[in-house]
Amino acid sequence: MAYKIVSSQCTACSACEPECPNNAIREKNGTYIIKPEKCTECIGYFDDPQCVAVCPVENTCIVDTAYPRYQASA
Amino acid sequence: MQQYPGVTSISPQEKNLSAELMQQVAEHKGCGTSGGSGKASCGSSAAQGDMPPEIWEKVKNHPCYSEEAHHHYARMHVAVAPACNIQCNYCNRKYDCANESRPGVVSEKLTPEQAAKKVLAVASTIPQMTVLGIAGPGDPLANPEKTFKTFDLIYKTAPDIKLCLSTNGLALPDHVDTIKSFNVDHVTITINMVDPEIGAEIYPWIFYKHKRIKGKEAAKILSEHQLQGLEMLTERGILCKVNSVMIPGINDQHLVEVNKAVKSRGAFLHNIMPLISAPEHGTVFGLNGQRGPTAQELKRLQDNCEGEMNMMRHCRQCRADAVGLLGEDRSAEFTTEKIMAMDVQYDAGTRKAYQELVEHERQEKVAAKNSELSELAAQRSDIKLLVAVATKGQGRINEHFGHAKEFQVYELSTAGAKFVGHRRVDLYCQGGYGEEDSLATIIRALNDCNAVFVAKIGGCPRDELSKAGIQPVEQYAHEFIEQSAIAWFKDYLEKINSGEISHVRKGDADIRQGAYVAA
Ligand code: SF4
Ligand code: SF4
Repeated sequence: MAYKIVSSQCTACSACEPECPNNAIREKNGTYIIKPEKCTECIGYFDDPQCVAVCPVENTCIVDTAYPRYQASA
Repeated sequence: MQQYPGVTSISPQEKNLSAELMQQVAEHKGCGTSGGSGKASCGSSAAQGDMPPEIWEKVKNHPCYSEEAHHHYARMHVAVAPACNIQCNYCNRKYDCANESRPGVVSEKLTPEQAAKKVLAVASTIPQMTVLGIAGPGDPLANPEKTFKTFDLIYKTAPDIKLCLSTNGLALPDHVDTIKSFNVDHVTITINMVDPEIGAEIYPWIFYKHKRIKGKEAAKILSEHQLQGLEMLTERGILCKVNSVMIPGINDQHLVEVNKAVKSRGAFLHNIMPLISAPEHGTVFGLNGQRGPTAQELKRLQDNCEGEMNMMRHCRQCRADAVGLLGEDRSAEFTTEKIMAMDVQYDAGTRKAYQELVEHERQEKVAAKNSELSELAAQRSDIKLLVAVATKGQGRINEHFGHAKEFQVYELSTAGAKFVGHRRVDLYCQGGYGEEDSLATIIRALNDCNAVFVAKIGGCPRDELSKAGIQPVEQYAHEFIEQSAIAWFKDYLEKINSGEISHVRKGDADIRQGAYVAA
Protein backbone atom coordinates (compact mmCIF):
# COMPACT_ATOMS: atom_id res chain seq x y z
CA MET A 1 0.00 0.00 0.00
CA ALA A 2 2.74 2.39 -0.64
CA TYR A 3 5.18 4.17 -2.84
CA LYS A 4 8.80 4.64 -1.89
CA ILE A 5 11.58 6.97 -3.00
CA VAL A 6 14.84 5.60 -4.37
CA SER A 7 17.10 7.78 -2.31
CA SER A 8 20.16 7.35 -4.53
CA GLN A 9 18.20 9.04 -7.33
CA CYS A 10 16.35 11.67 -5.34
CA THR A 11 17.64 15.20 -6.00
CA ALA A 12 15.98 16.45 -2.81
CA CYS A 13 14.15 19.03 -4.89
CA SER A 14 11.17 18.89 -2.50
CA ALA A 15 8.61 19.01 -5.31
CA CYS A 16 6.80 15.90 -4.11
CA GLU A 17 6.42 16.99 -0.50
CA PRO A 18 3.60 19.56 -0.84
CA GLU A 19 1.81 17.52 -3.53
CA CYS A 20 1.13 14.50 -1.33
CA PRO A 21 -2.51 14.58 -0.17
CA ASN A 22 -1.62 12.54 2.89
CA ASN A 23 1.43 14.41 4.13
CA ALA A 24 3.33 11.17 3.79
CA ILE A 25 6.53 12.73 2.43
CA ARG A 26 9.24 14.51 4.37
CA GLU A 27 12.93 15.28 4.27
CA LYS A 28 15.30 13.04 6.12
CA ASN A 29 19.08 13.35 6.04
CA GLY A 30 19.25 15.27 2.80
CA THR A 31 16.85 13.07 0.87
CA TYR A 32 13.08 12.63 0.84
CA ILE A 33 11.20 9.64 2.21
CA ILE A 34 7.63 8.36 2.13
CA LYS A 35 6.00 7.08 5.28
CA PRO A 36 4.43 3.85 4.00
CA GLU A 37 1.68 3.77 6.59
CA LYS A 38 0.42 7.18 5.42
CA CYS A 39 0.64 6.61 1.66
CA THR A 40 -2.62 5.67 -0.08
CA GLU A 41 -1.08 5.64 -3.58
CA CYS A 42 -3.21 8.77 -3.97
CA ILE A 43 -6.26 6.55 -4.32
CA GLY A 44 -9.34 8.55 -3.38
CA TYR A 45 -7.60 11.83 -4.20
CA PHE A 46 -6.08 11.84 -7.66
CA ASP A 47 -5.90 9.68 -10.76
CA ASP A 48 -2.11 9.58 -10.66
CA PRO A 49 0.21 9.22 -7.70
CA GLN A 50 1.32 12.83 -7.26
CA CYS A 51 4.88 12.10 -6.19
CA VAL A 52 5.44 10.10 -9.39
CA ALA A 53 3.84 12.75 -11.58
CA VAL A 54 5.89 15.64 -10.25
CA CYS A 55 9.27 13.97 -9.71
CA PRO A 56 11.89 15.17 -12.21
CA VAL A 57 13.84 11.91 -12.12
CA GLU A 58 12.22 8.90 -13.78
CA ASN A 59 11.74 5.77 -11.65
CA THR A 60 12.54 7.54 -8.40
CA CYS A 61 9.08 7.31 -6.79
CA ILE A 62 8.20 3.64 -7.25
CA VAL A 63 5.85 1.05 -5.81
CA ASP A 64 7.23 -0.50 -2.66
CA THR A 65 6.57 -4.20 -3.19
CA ALA A 66 7.09 -4.88 0.48
CA TYR A 67 3.53 -3.63 0.99
CA PRO A 68 0.32 -4.93 -0.59
CA ARG A 69 -1.42 -2.52 -2.97
CA TYR A 70 -3.69 -0.08 -1.23
CA GLN A 71 -7.38 -0.95 -1.14
CA ALA A 72 -9.84 1.85 -0.55
CA SER A 73 -12.01 0.69 2.32
CA ALA A 74 -15.50 0.12 0.97
CA MET B 1 -2.27 31.80 -2.64
CA GLN B 2 -0.27 32.60 0.44
CA GLN B 3 -0.96 35.91 2.15
CA TYR B 4 1.56 37.65 4.33
CA PRO B 5 0.69 40.15 6.98
CA GLY B 6 1.78 43.68 6.30
CA VAL B 7 1.86 43.26 2.58
CA THR B 8 -1.08 45.52 1.90
CA SER B 9 0.34 48.28 4.08
CA ILE B 10 3.40 48.72 1.88
CA SER B 11 3.16 51.98 0.06
CA PRO B 12 4.53 52.11 -3.47
CA GLN B 13 8.02 53.50 -3.78
CA GLU B 14 8.15 57.14 -4.65
CA LYS B 15 8.52 57.68 -8.30
CA ASN B 16 8.92 61.44 -8.47
CA LEU B 17 11.38 62.12 -11.21
CA SER B 18 12.54 65.60 -11.90
CA ALA B 19 13.14 66.57 -15.48
CA GLU B 20 16.83 66.83 -14.68
CA LEU B 21 17.07 63.30 -13.45
CA MET B 22 15.27 62.09 -16.52
CA GLN B 23 17.90 63.74 -18.64
CA GLN B 24 20.62 61.89 -16.71
CA VAL B 25 18.83 58.65 -17.12
CA ALA B 26 18.59 59.29 -20.81
CA GLU B 27 22.31 59.69 -21.04
CA HIS B 28 23.07 56.60 -19.03
CA LYS B 29 21.02 54.37 -21.10
CA GLY B 30 22.93 51.64 -22.92
CA CYS B 31 21.64 50.15 -26.12
CA GLY B 32 20.30 47.21 -24.17
CA THR B 33 17.84 49.43 -22.42
CA SER B 34 16.33 51.55 -25.10
CA GLY B 35 12.72 51.21 -26.02
CA GLY B 36 10.84 48.99 -28.35
CA SER B 37 11.12 51.30 -31.32
CA GLY B 38 14.00 49.30 -32.68
CA LYS B 39 16.32 52.26 -32.94
CA ALA B 40 19.22 50.63 -31.24
CA SER B 41 21.80 53.23 -32.01
CA CYS B 42 24.16 53.21 -29.11
CA GLY B 43 25.98 56.25 -30.31
CA SER B 44 23.01 58.45 -29.86
CA SER B 45 22.58 59.32 -26.21
CA ALA B 46 19.20 60.87 -26.83
CA ALA B 47 17.62 57.75 -28.32
CA GLN B 48 14.84 57.54 -25.80
CA GLY B 49 12.80 55.34 -28.07
CA ASP B 50 9.30 54.72 -26.81
CA MET B 51 10.28 53.53 -23.37
CA PRO B 52 8.08 55.22 -20.77
CA PRO B 53 9.86 57.21 -18.03
CA GLU B 54 8.89 54.79 -15.23
CA ILE B 55 10.62 52.01 -17.12
CA TRP B 56 13.80 54.02 -17.61
CA GLU B 57 13.97 54.62 -13.91
CA LYS B 58 13.46 50.95 -13.14
CA VAL B 59 16.10 49.83 -15.56
CA LYS B 60 18.78 52.37 -14.78
CA ASN B 61 20.53 50.54 -11.97
CA HIS B 62 19.69 47.00 -12.86
CA PRO B 63 22.93 45.12 -13.39
CA CYS B 64 21.22 42.64 -15.65
CA TYR B 65 19.15 44.99 -17.79
CA SER B 66 21.09 48.18 -18.17
CA GLU B 67 24.10 47.57 -20.26
CA GLU B 68 25.93 50.37 -18.56
CA ALA B 69 24.81 49.76 -15.02
CA HIS B 70 26.07 46.22 -15.08
CA HIS B 71 29.62 47.51 -14.94
CA HIS B 72 28.92 49.16 -11.61
CA TYR B 73 26.11 47.38 -9.86
CA ALA B 74 25.58 43.85 -8.76
CA ARG B 75 22.82 41.40 -8.22
CA MET B 76 22.67 38.25 -6.21
CA HIS B 77 20.41 35.26 -6.29
CA VAL B 78 19.39 33.06 -3.42
CA ALA B 79 18.55 29.41 -3.91
CA VAL B 80 15.34 29.06 -1.93
CA ALA B 81 13.16 27.42 -4.58
CA PRO B 82 14.22 23.85 -5.35
CA ALA B 83 11.03 22.39 -6.81
CA CYS B 84 10.06 22.68 -10.44
CA ASN B 85 6.81 22.09 -12.30
CA ILE B 86 8.10 21.42 -15.80
CA GLN B 87 10.88 19.43 -17.42
CA CYS B 88 13.15 20.96 -20.07
CA ASN B 89 15.37 19.04 -22.44
CA TYR B 90 18.29 21.37 -21.75
CA CYS B 91 18.12 20.90 -18.03
CA ASN B 92 19.22 18.15 -15.70
CA ARG B 93 17.95 18.98 -12.26
CA LYS B 94 20.93 17.39 -10.59
CA TYR B 95 23.34 20.03 -11.82
CA ASP B 96 23.68 23.76 -12.22
CA CYS B 97 21.70 24.70 -15.29
CA ALA B 98 24.02 26.18 -17.85
CA ASN B 99 21.15 27.76 -19.75
CA GLU B 100 18.98 29.52 -17.27
CA SER B 101 21.35 31.02 -14.71
CA ARG B 102 20.06 28.91 -11.99
CA PRO B 103 21.97 26.70 -9.64
CA GLY B 104 21.37 22.98 -9.64
CA VAL B 105 20.13 21.13 -6.66
CA VAL B 106 23.71 20.38 -5.70
CA SER B 107 24.14 24.06 -4.89
CA GLU B 108 23.56 25.25 -1.39
CA LYS B 109 19.88 25.48 -0.53
CA LEU B 110 18.68 28.13 1.90
CA THR B 111 15.60 28.62 4.02
CA PRO B 112 13.86 31.97 3.53
CA GLU B 113 15.27 33.16 6.87
CA GLN B 114 18.84 32.16 5.97
CA ALA B 115 18.45 33.72 2.55
CA ALA B 116 17.20 37.02 3.93
CA LYS B 117 20.11 37.22 6.37
CA LYS B 118 22.56 36.42 3.61
CA VAL B 119 21.13 39.14 1.38
CA LEU B 120 21.36 41.75 4.12
CA ALA B 121 24.90 40.70 5.03
CA VAL B 122 26.03 40.93 1.42
CA ALA B 123 24.24 44.24 0.86
CA SER B 124 25.94 45.72 3.92
CA THR B 125 29.37 44.58 2.73
CA ILE B 126 28.97 45.24 -1.01
CA PRO B 127 27.15 48.53 -1.62
CA GLN B 128 26.94 47.73 -5.35
CA MET B 129 24.46 44.97 -4.52
CA THR B 130 21.17 46.50 -5.62
CA VAL B 131 19.19 43.57 -6.95
CA LEU B 132 18.04 40.36 -5.32
CA GLY B 133 16.75 37.63 -7.55
CA ILE B 134 15.12 34.30 -6.99
CA ALA B 135 15.61 31.99 -9.93
CA GLY B 136 15.73 28.51 -8.62
CA PRO B 137 17.15 25.89 -8.48
CA GLY B 138 13.61 25.01 -9.58
CA ASP B 139 10.88 27.47 -10.46
CA PRO B 140 10.29 30.22 -7.88
CA LEU B 141 6.54 30.04 -8.48
CA ALA B 142 6.48 26.29 -7.97
CA ASN B 143 7.70 27.20 -4.46
CA PRO B 144 5.48 30.21 -3.75
CA GLU B 145 5.66 30.10 0.05
CA LYS B 146 9.46 30.05 0.15
CA THR B 147 9.84 32.65 -2.57
CA PHE B 148 7.38 35.16 -1.14
CA LYS B 149 8.51 34.64 2.44
CA THR B 150 12.04 35.55 1.33
CA PHE B 151 10.80 38.66 -0.47
CA ASP B 152 8.73 39.63 2.55
CA LEU B 153 11.68 39.44 4.95
CA ILE B 154 13.98 41.44 2.68
CA TYR B 155 11.38 44.02 1.76
CA LYS B 156 10.78 44.84 5.40
CA THR B 157 14.44 45.49 6.27
CA ALA B 158 15.85 46.77 3.01
CA PRO B 159 13.18 48.33 0.82
CA ASP B 160 15.87 49.88 -1.41
CA ILE B 161 16.87 46.46 -2.77
CA LYS B 162 15.09 45.66 -6.00
CA LEU B 163 13.44 42.27 -6.09
CA CYS B 164 13.24 40.14 -9.18
CA LEU B 165 12.35 36.62 -10.10
CA SER B 166 12.71 34.31 -13.07
CA THR B 167 10.05 31.82 -13.96
CA ASN B 168 9.03 29.37 -16.64
CA GLY B 169 5.60 31.03 -16.50
CA LEU B 170 3.43 27.97 -15.92
CA ALA B 171 2.20 29.15 -12.51
CA LEU B 172 2.61 32.85 -13.27
CA PRO B 173 -1.05 33.86 -13.78
CA ASP B 174 -1.88 32.54 -10.28
CA HIS B 175 0.75 34.71 -8.61
CA VAL B 176 0.70 38.00 -10.46
CA ASP B 177 -1.15 39.83 -7.72
CA THR B 178 1.18 38.57 -5.00
CA ILE B 179 4.15 39.62 -7.12
CA LYS B 180 2.62 43.07 -7.44
CA SER B 181 1.95 43.28 -3.70
CA PHE B 182 5.67 42.82 -2.93
CA ASN B 183 6.54 45.58 -5.33
CA VAL B 184 8.62 43.16 -7.39
CA ASP B 185 9.56 45.19 -10.41
CA HIS B 186 11.45 42.76 -12.62
CA VAL B 187 10.15 39.41 -13.75
CA THR B 188 11.97 37.26 -16.29
CA ILE B 189 9.98 34.66 -18.15
CA THR B 190 11.77 31.99 -20.15
CA ILE B 191 9.81 31.62 -23.38
CA ASN B 192 11.36 29.32 -25.95
CA MET B 193 8.38 28.97 -28.27
CA VAL B 194 4.83 30.09 -29.01
CA ASP B 195 4.08 27.03 -31.14
CA PRO B 196 3.19 23.78 -29.30
CA GLU B 197 4.72 21.68 -32.12
CA ILE B 198 8.07 23.23 -31.35
CA GLY B 199 7.40 23.23 -27.62
CA ALA B 200 6.95 19.48 -27.65
CA GLU B 201 10.57 19.14 -28.76
CA ILE B 202 11.80 21.26 -25.87
CA TYR B 203 9.53 20.26 -22.99
CA PRO B 204 8.84 16.56 -22.41
CA TRP B 205 6.24 17.27 -19.74
CA ILE B 206 4.63 19.70 -17.32
CA PHE B 207 2.96 19.09 -13.97
CA TYR B 208 -0.34 20.91 -14.04
CA LYS B 209 -3.53 20.51 -12.02
CA HIS B 210 -2.28 17.32 -10.37
CA LYS B 211 -1.38 15.68 -13.65
CA ARG B 212 1.71 15.05 -15.66
CA ILE B 213 0.88 16.32 -19.14
CA LYS B 214 3.08 15.54 -22.13
CA GLY B 215 3.77 16.60 -25.69
CA LYS B 216 1.91 19.29 -27.60
CA GLU B 217 -0.85 19.51 -25.02
CA ALA B 218 1.74 20.36 -22.35
CA ALA B 219 3.47 22.91 -24.55
CA LYS B 220 0.15 24.55 -25.40
CA ILE B 221 -0.79 25.01 -21.76
CA LEU B 222 2.68 26.30 -20.92
CA SER B 223 2.69 28.77 -23.80
CA GLU B 224 -0.77 30.10 -22.94
CA HIS B 225 0.21 30.64 -19.33
CA GLN B 226 3.47 32.33 -20.26
CA LEU B 227 1.81 34.83 -22.58
CA GLN B 228 -1.12 35.43 -20.25
CA GLY B 229 1.25 35.96 -17.32
CA LEU B 230 3.32 38.37 -19.39
CA GLU B 231 0.23 40.39 -20.29
CA MET B 232 -0.98 40.46 -16.70
CA LEU B 233 2.38 41.71 -15.43
CA THR B 234 2.81 44.45 -17.98
CA GLU B 235 -0.79 45.59 -17.37
CA ARG B 236 0.22 46.11 -13.76
CA GLY B 237 3.34 48.05 -14.64
CA ILE B 238 5.79 45.31 -13.70
CA LEU B 239 8.89 45.19 -15.86
CA CYS B 240 9.10 42.00 -17.90
CA LYS B 241 12.07 40.54 -19.66
CA VAL B 242 11.85 37.43 -21.79
CA ASN B 243 14.69 34.93 -21.99
CA SER B 244 14.89 32.47 -24.87
CA VAL B 245 17.34 29.67 -25.36
CA MET B 246 18.40 29.40 -28.99
CA ILE B 247 18.37 25.76 -30.04
CA PRO B 248 19.60 25.34 -33.62
CA GLY B 249 17.25 23.27 -35.77
CA ILE B 250 14.45 23.48 -33.21
CA ASN B 251 13.53 27.06 -32.41
CA ASP B 252 16.24 29.20 -34.04
CA GLN B 253 14.02 30.47 -36.88
CA HIS B 254 10.96 30.49 -34.66
CA LEU B 255 12.46 32.90 -32.13
CA VAL B 256 11.79 35.81 -34.49
CA GLU B 257 8.10 34.97 -34.04
CA VAL B 258 8.54 34.64 -30.28
CA ASN B 259 10.15 38.07 -30.35
CA LYS B 260 7.05 39.56 -32.01
CA ALA B 261 4.68 37.77 -29.64
CA VAL B 262 6.44 38.99 -26.50
CA LYS B 263 7.00 42.50 -27.75
CA SER B 264 3.32 42.93 -28.57
CA ARG B 265 2.50 41.87 -25.02
CA GLY B 266 4.73 44.46 -23.45
CA ALA B 267 8.05 42.74 -22.71
CA PHE B 268 10.68 45.46 -22.62
CA LEU B 269 13.67 43.26 -23.40
CA HIS B 270 14.24 39.99 -25.13
CA ASN B 271 17.38 38.12 -24.24
CA ILE B 272 18.34 35.35 -26.64
CA MET B 273 20.91 33.02 -25.14
CA PRO B 274 22.82 30.26 -26.86
CA LEU B 275 21.99 26.69 -25.89
CA ILE B 276 24.80 25.37 -23.75
CA SER B 277 24.93 21.67 -24.25
CA ALA B 278 27.48 18.95 -23.59
CA PRO B 279 27.12 15.23 -22.85
CA GLU B 280 28.57 15.65 -19.35
CA HIS B 281 25.60 17.84 -18.37
CA GLY B 282 23.42 14.73 -18.60
CA THR B 283 20.60 16.65 -20.29
CA VAL B 284 18.48 15.24 -23.12
CA PHE B 285 20.07 17.71 -25.54
CA GLY B 286 23.52 17.03 -24.15
CA LEU B 287 23.11 13.30 -24.65
CA ASN B 288 21.43 13.40 -28.07
CA GLY B 289 24.14 15.60 -29.50
CA GLN B 290 21.99 18.72 -29.97
CA ARG B 291 24.53 21.47 -30.64
CA GLY B 292 24.45 25.07 -29.52
CA PRO B 293 24.72 28.01 -31.95
CA THR B 294 28.00 29.56 -33.08
CA ALA B 295 28.74 33.18 -32.24
CA GLN B 296 27.75 34.29 -35.73
CA GLU B 297 24.48 32.37 -35.72
CA LEU B 298 23.58 33.92 -32.39
CA LYS B 299 24.47 37.43 -33.50
CA ARG B 300 22.55 37.04 -36.76
CA LEU B 301 19.41 36.04 -34.89
CA GLN B 302 19.84 38.88 -32.39
CA ASP B 303 20.30 41.30 -35.28
CA ASN B 304 17.18 39.92 -37.00
CA CYS B 305 15.16 40.51 -33.87
CA GLU B 306 16.60 43.93 -33.21
CA GLY B 307 14.40 45.52 -35.86
CA GLU B 308 11.48 44.36 -33.75
CA MET B 309 12.79 45.14 -30.32
CA ASN B 310 15.98 45.80 -28.48
CA MET B 311 17.99 42.79 -27.63
CA MET B 312 19.90 42.19 -24.50
CA ARG B 313 23.34 41.01 -25.41
CA HIS B 314 25.25 41.31 -22.20
CA CYS B 315 23.70 38.40 -20.36
CA ARG B 316 26.51 36.20 -19.14
CA GLN B 317 24.43 33.20 -18.18
CA CYS B 318 26.20 33.44 -14.89
CA ARG B 319 25.62 31.16 -12.02
CA ALA B 320 22.52 32.26 -10.19
CA ASP B 321 23.97 32.38 -6.71
CA ALA B 322 27.03 34.34 -7.69
CA VAL B 323 27.68 37.22 -5.36
CA GLY B 324 29.33 40.48 -6.16
CA LEU B 325 29.74 42.43 -9.33
CA LEU B 326 28.67 40.47 -12.35
CA GLY B 327 31.39 38.06 -13.29
CA GLU B 328 33.25 38.53 -10.03
CA ASP B 329 32.12 35.78 -7.74
CA ARG B 330 32.50 36.35 -4.02
CA SER B 331 30.40 33.43 -2.85
CA ALA B 332 33.13 31.98 -0.66
CA GLU B 333 32.92 35.00 1.63
CA PHE B 334 29.26 34.39 2.25
CA THR B 335 28.72 30.76 3.07
CA THR B 336 25.70 29.97 5.22
CA GLU B 337 27.98 29.10 8.08
CA LYS B 338 29.77 32.46 7.97
CA ILE B 339 26.54 34.39 7.53
CA MET B 340 24.76 32.77 10.43
CA ALA B 341 27.68 33.70 12.67
CA MET B 342 27.58 37.34 11.52
CA ASP B 343 25.91 40.19 13.31
CA VAL B 344 24.28 41.95 10.40
CA GLN B 345 23.57 45.68 10.58
CA TYR B 346 21.92 46.99 7.46
CA ASP B 347 23.56 50.29 6.63
CA ALA B 348 21.46 52.20 4.11
CA GLY B 349 23.56 55.39 4.42
CA THR B 350 26.88 53.96 3.22
CA ARG B 351 25.11 52.23 0.39
CA LYS B 352 23.56 55.47 -0.78
CA ALA B 353 26.90 57.33 -0.65
CA TYR B 354 28.58 54.66 -2.73
CA GLN B 355 25.82 54.65 -5.29
CA GLU B 356 26.10 58.42 -5.69
CA LEU B 357 29.81 58.04 -6.40
CA VAL B 358 29.03 55.49 -9.07
CA GLU B 359 26.56 57.88 -10.69
CA HIS B 360 29.35 60.41 -10.97
CA GLU B 361 31.71 57.90 -12.66
CA ARG B 362 29.02 56.90 -15.08
CA GLN B 363 28.41 60.46 -16.14
CA GLU B 364 32.12 60.96 -16.76
CA LYS B 365 32.21 57.87 -18.90
CA VAL B 366 29.29 59.01 -21.03
CA ALA B 367 30.86 62.43 -21.51
CA ALA B 368 34.18 60.88 -22.57
CA LYS B 369 32.46 58.66 -25.10
CA ASN B 370 30.43 61.50 -26.55
CA SER B 371 33.43 63.74 -27.11
CA GLU B 372 35.27 60.95 -28.93
CA LEU B 373 32.18 60.16 -30.93
CA SER B 374 31.79 63.71 -32.21
CA GLU B 375 35.20 63.43 -33.87
CA LEU B 376 34.33 60.09 -35.42
CA ALA B 377 31.25 61.64 -36.97
CA ALA B 378 33.43 63.22 -39.66
CA GLN B 379 34.58 59.79 -40.89
CA ARG B 380 32.80 57.90 -43.62
CA SER B 381 33.18 54.16 -44.01
CA ASP B 382 31.05 51.02 -44.36
CA ILE B 383 33.43 48.97 -42.24
CA LYS B 384 31.90 47.20 -39.27
CA LEU B 385 34.16 45.09 -37.12
CA LEU B 386 34.30 43.43 -33.73
CA VAL B 387 36.83 44.02 -30.98
CA ALA B 388 37.25 42.19 -27.69
CA VAL B 389 37.96 43.92 -24.37
CA ALA B 390 39.52 42.52 -21.19
CA THR B 391 37.77 44.22 -18.28
CA LYS B 392 37.13 43.72 -14.61
CA GLY B 393 34.27 46.24 -14.63
CA GLN B 394 33.73 49.96 -14.11
CA GLY B 395 33.56 50.29 -17.89
CA ARG B 396 37.36 50.37 -18.21
CA ILE B 397 40.01 48.32 -19.99
CA ASN B 398 41.53 47.08 -16.78
CA GLU B 399 42.26 43.37 -17.06
CA HIS B 400 45.45 41.57 -18.01
CA PHE B 401 44.99 39.33 -21.07
CA GLY B 402 46.19 36.27 -19.19
CA HIS B 403 43.83 36.84 -16.26
CA ALA B 404 40.69 37.47 -18.26
CA LYS B 405 37.94 34.95 -17.65
CA GLU B 406 35.82 36.57 -20.30
CA PHE B 407 36.00 39.27 -22.94
CA GLN B 408 33.39 41.85 -23.81
CA VAL B 409 32.79 42.21 -27.50
CA TYR B 410 31.94 45.54 -29.16
CA GLU B 411 30.92 46.17 -32.72
CA LEU B 412 32.60 49.27 -34.12
CA SER B 413 31.33 51.32 -37.01
CA THR B 414 31.10 55.01 -37.78
CA ALA B 415 27.92 54.95 -35.66
CA GLY B 416 30.07 54.26 -32.61
CA ALA B 417 30.80 51.32 -30.33
CA LYS B 418 27.96 48.93 -29.69
CA PHE B 419 28.17 46.25 -27.08
CA VAL B 420 27.25 42.91 -28.64
CA GLY B 421 28.14 40.26 -26.11
CA HIS B 422 30.52 38.36 -23.91
CA ARG B 423 32.96 35.60 -24.72
CA ARG B 424 33.80 33.50 -21.78
CA VAL B 425 37.18 31.85 -21.90
CA ASP B 426 37.62 30.58 -18.35
CA LEU B 427 36.32 27.16 -19.19
CA TYR B 428 38.85 26.77 -21.93
CA CYS B 429 41.60 27.07 -19.39
CA GLN B 430 40.37 24.21 -17.25
CA GLY B 431 40.63 20.48 -17.54
CA GLY B 432 44.35 19.96 -17.71
CA TYR B 433 45.05 21.69 -20.99
CA GLY B 434 48.49 23.16 -21.33
CA GLU B 435 49.14 26.87 -21.61
CA GLU B 436 49.41 26.68 -25.37
CA ASP B 437 46.15 24.83 -25.76
CA SER B 438 44.33 27.38 -23.68
CA LEU B 439 45.76 30.20 -25.77
CA ALA B 440 44.60 28.44 -28.93
CA THR B 441 41.10 28.09 -27.56
CA ILE B 442 40.99 31.75 -26.50
CA ILE B 443 41.99 32.69 -30.01
CA ARG B 444 39.18 30.52 -31.37
CA ALA B 445 36.73 32.27 -29.05
CA LEU B 446 37.89 35.67 -30.33
CA ASN B 447 38.31 34.59 -33.93
CA ASP B 448 35.71 37.04 -35.21
CA CYS B 449 37.46 40.05 -33.62
CA ASN B 450 39.98 42.35 -35.33
CA ALA B 451 41.56 43.54 -32.08
CA VAL B 452 41.68 42.78 -28.39
CA PHE B 453 42.04 45.63 -25.85
CA VAL B 454 43.92 44.73 -22.69
CA ALA B 455 45.56 46.41 -19.71
CA LYS B 456 48.63 44.28 -20.34
CA ILE B 457 49.68 41.24 -22.37
CA GLY B 458 52.67 38.91 -22.43
CA GLY B 459 54.99 38.51 -25.41
CA CYS B 460 53.90 35.04 -26.45
CA PRO B 461 50.16 35.63 -26.60
CA ARG B 462 50.84 38.95 -28.31
CA ASP B 463 52.63 37.21 -31.18
CA GLU B 464 50.09 34.41 -31.44
CA LEU B 465 47.17 36.85 -31.54
CA SER B 466 48.85 38.95 -34.21
CA LYS B 467 49.46 35.83 -36.27
CA ALA B 468 45.76 35.01 -36.02
CA GLY B 469 44.91 38.49 -37.27
CA ILE B 470 43.78 39.82 -33.90
CA GLN B 471 45.66 42.98 -33.02
CA PRO B 472 46.57 43.22 -29.31
CA VAL B 473 46.02 46.80 -28.10
CA GLU B 474 47.65 47.93 -24.85
CA GLN B 475 47.80 51.66 -25.37
CA TYR B 476 44.41 52.34 -23.76
CA ALA B 477 45.12 50.50 -20.51
CA HIS B 478 42.77 51.63 -17.70
CA GLU B 479 40.87 54.02 -19.98
CA PHE B 480 37.10 53.90 -20.59
CA ILE B 481 36.17 51.15 -23.03
CA GLU B 482 33.88 52.90 -25.48
CA GLN B 483 35.94 56.07 -25.71
CA SER B 484 39.09 54.01 -26.38
CA ALA B 485 37.44 51.71 -28.87
CA ILE B 486 36.11 54.66 -30.84
CA ALA B 487 39.54 56.38 -30.77
CA TRP B 488 41.20 53.18 -31.98
CA PHE B 489 38.63 52.74 -34.72
CA LYS B 490 39.21 56.29 -35.93
CA ASP B 491 42.94 55.53 -36.23
CA TYR B 492 42.16 52.25 -37.94
CA LEU B 493 40.03 53.96 -40.57
CA GLU B 494 42.70 56.59 -41.13
CA LYS B 495 45.34 53.91 -41.66
CA ILE B 496 43.10 52.15 -44.16
CA ASN B 497 42.40 55.36 -46.02
CA SER B 498 46.10 56.12 -46.22
CA GLY B 499 46.76 52.60 -47.51
CA GLU B 500 48.97 51.69 -44.56
CA ILE B 501 46.85 48.62 -43.74
CA SER B 502 43.94 46.85 -45.35
CA HIS B 503 40.81 45.67 -43.61
CA VAL B 504 40.43 41.91 -43.09
CA ARG B 505 37.01 40.39 -42.53
CA LYS B 506 37.13 37.86 -39.74
CA GLY B 507 35.46 34.45 -39.50
CA ASP B 508 33.16 32.84 -36.94
CA ALA B 509 33.95 32.08 -33.31
CA ASP B 510 33.16 29.38 -30.76
CA ILE B 511 30.76 29.87 -27.89
CA ARG B 512 32.13 28.29 -24.75
CA GLN B 513 30.29 25.36 -23.26
CA GLY B 514 29.29 24.96 -19.66
CA ALA B 515 27.98 27.07 -16.83
CA TYR B 516 30.03 29.89 -15.43
CA VAL B 517 31.73 28.72 -12.28
CA ALA B 518 34.18 31.25 -10.96
CA ALA B 519 37.31 29.88 -9.38
S1 SF4 C 1 1.58 8.06 -3.90
FE1 SF4 C 1 0.36 9.82 -3.29
S2 SF4 C 1 -0.09 9.35 -1.13
FE2 SF4 C 1 1.64 8.08 -1.69
S3 SF4 C 1 3.42 9.28 -1.13
FE3 SF4 C 1 3.03 9.66 -3.30
S4 SF4 C 1 1.80 11.51 -3.23
FE4 SF4 C 1 1.71 10.68 -1.17
S1 SF4 D 1 10.26 14.99 -6.34
FE1 SF4 D 1 11.65 13.25 -6.67
S2 SF4 D 1 13.68 14.16 -6.63
FE2 SF4 D 1 12.31 15.68 -5.77
S3 SF4 D 1 12.41 15.32 -3.55
FE3 SF4 D 1 10.69 14.13 -4.34
S4 SF4 D 1 11.55 12.12 -4.77
FE4 SF4 D 1 13.27 13.49 -4.54
